[in-house]
Amino acid sequence: MKLIATGNEAVAYAVLDASPDFIAAYPITPQTTIVEALAKFKESGKLKATYIPVESEHSALSACIGAGSMGKRTFTATSSQGLLYMAEMLHWASNARLPIVMANVNRALAPGWNLWADLSDSLSQRDAGWLQLYVSTVQEAYDTILMAYRISEDPNVLLPVMVNLEGFVLSHSAQPLETLEGCYLEPLDLPHRLDTGTPHTLGNVASPNDYFKLRRDAENAARKSAKVTRKAEKELFELTGRAYRPVMEYRCDDADVIIAAMGVFAREAEAACDILRDKGVKVGVARVRQFRPFPEFDFDGRLIVIDRDYSYGCGGILAQEIRARTGKPVYSVIAGLGGQDMTYKDFVKIVIESREEGERWWGID
Amino acid sequence: MLRGNSACPGCQANLALRHVLRACGADTILILTPGCSAACQGIYPDTCINVPVLNTAFAAGASTAIGVAASTDSNVVVYAGDGATADIGLASLSFALEYNTDFLYICYDNEAYGNTGAQRSGTTPYGARTTTTPGGKRQHKKDIDSIVCAHQIPYMATAAAAYPDDLYRKVKKALSYKGSKFIHVLTPCPTLWGFPQEKSAYIGKLAIKTGAWVLYEKDSGKISISLWSKNILDKYLPLEDYLKAQSRFSGISDKDILELKRNMNESVKRLVQE
Ligand SMILES: Cc1ncc(C[n+]2csc(CCOP(=O)(O)OP(=O)(O)O)c2C)c(N)n1
Ligand code: SF4
Ligand SMILES: [Mg+2]
Repeated sequence: MKLIATGNEAVAYAVLDASPDFIAAYPITPQTTIVEALAKFKESGKLKATYIPVESEHSALSACIGAGSMGKRTFTATSSQGLLYMAEMLHWASNARLPIVMANVNRALAPGWNLWADLSDSLSQRDAGWLQLYVSTVQEAYDTILMAYRISEDPNVLLPVMVNLEGFVLSHSAQPLETLEGCYLEPLDLPHRLDTGTPHTLGNVASPNDYFKLRRDAENAARKSAKVTRKAEKELFELTGRAYRPVMEYRCDDADVIIAAMGVFAREAEAACDILRDKGVKVGVARVRQFRPFPEFDFDGRLIVIDRDYSYGCGGILAQEIRARTGKPVYSVIAGLGGQDMTYKDFVKIVIESREEGERWWGID
Repeated sequence: MLRGNSACPGCQANLALRHVLRACGADTILILTPGCSAACQGIYPDTCINVPVLNTAFAAGASTAIGVAASTDSNVVVYAGDGATADIGLASLSFALEYNTDFLYICYDNEAYGNTGAQRSGTTPYGARTTTTPGGKRQHKKDIDSIVCAHQIPYMATAAAAYPDDLYRKVKKALSYKGSKFIHVLTPCPTLWGFPQEKSAYIGKLAIKTGAWVLYEKDSGKISISLWSKNILDKYLPLEDYLKAQSRFSGISDKDILELKRNMNESVKRLVQE
């Protein structure tokens, strides 16, 4: 089906097509239209899942953990404060090896109250054991939710996946969308699901040795997920012709300067890239789509990293990851926090004014 | 429940769980929140519980049950402490009850945070000493039962580990209903309350005989006082007998005892009137 849809609607269509058994969620701007769309699908009979509008995000994820432990396919969605309210259960879900899929609509954290795009919410949870994917278009939001199920439910992975899209600029922007209609996923077969026929216990007291081994298993699964994600990308490509990679490269081949960014910012940077190329500056854009596990990041040019997020006293989070991965100097730009508008013109200026290394808070420094 | 676990000798919380599981049968999924019952289930890969068990986070007993209940026709039973129920998990419990989730929630009440070493909880009684109320708690026991009843669920009851037949019957009855069921079990704890372990059943019975705990059930909106409490409504033993037998009340002033009695009488009066 071809239609015009917002990012949030695309997520809801993808969930519909993934045909989960169980959804629990709690509204928060700018995620709300996802849960509203799902409620409508449920009301109309299109969505077969049990849909429970719980009283908090902590409960939303707990309920998914309950259903997930029974071997059911689950979904939840949140944003910002809601994601942080889930924090305890985020770790629980990954440590319990449950293939839960969640959409997080990136929004700034309070105080002051700010509803706009900022990646600090999900990036602050980067060590919670969830695989994290960041999308940049409505179509990609749809495709990635479906791939997320494929990845998380793979027997070699069994880890939850968080699909991130930026608030308003993507969640509420309308773009063309093509849906698959119908589920191409195989039924979930969770090896450790609870069953009264063969009783066992999940999550009881574990000695340091066993605990350590279980964590190592999860780590191995996270590492293996990269390969599984490549498989999921290939499968989707064969189905739709749409190609995704962990790092989406734009004119990077002969680039002297690489702008690394995530989500919508990276698309804006692509426009800047074209302008700079016309002026003879060889720029490329590397859009990091897969943040956990952090992918190979191997480019020859000088690195400019744009972060719509920060870690106080430490700098941009993507910049840290890229520094750690490449061992190269990075020119780190913090920009657009709390939804501050950034256009391709800003990105042109960033490149022109950039240095070999350093940090700059765009529009302030 | 299999023989042998790491509970303190004389632990009524684990004794009550044994009776609960006996009543529930094999077609049951048990959800545990952190607390003494979770700590005593055994160390991975061993367990003393022979039905499927799902451990979950402190505030998440009821909310986890929502997901489990949506995924099975088996009995879904939460066995959670007073802290998990009346304090940190109250919001999630409230939603699960309001939603009339098809499950049985059992709160075993040792009137403190046992697992973390005897801190106050909302259900710690007035005057009781805990490690965070070293001079005795200055607030009354939270009336979690009234809060639960305000959700108009099909079945609610109080019980006591010291009266296993009554507990067993109530669990059976609860499970015969669809929707949310809640049982609040008093489980005296030698370790936190300060009485000799062999006195566990004695203290449990004394709680009922002195009126410190009343056994009743609210079945489809109708309250009835259960046999063991009904028989003695007008001939309670002195509350002092119960208090003096536990070191958590040692040094309690006469004024505080009066205050406890006043509050107790009011609760009983309210119950009888309903
Ligand atoms: C979010 C969170 N905060 C604190 C704790 C620490 N904690 C574990 S058990 C417990 C007390 C449990 O009290 P209760 O529910 O009454 O059960 P009991 O130990 O008395 O059986 C606490 C505070 C925790 N596990 N999780
Ligand atoms: S502290 Fe009390 S409730 Fe906990 S195991 Fe010991 S006796 Fe049982
Ligand atoms: Mg307790």
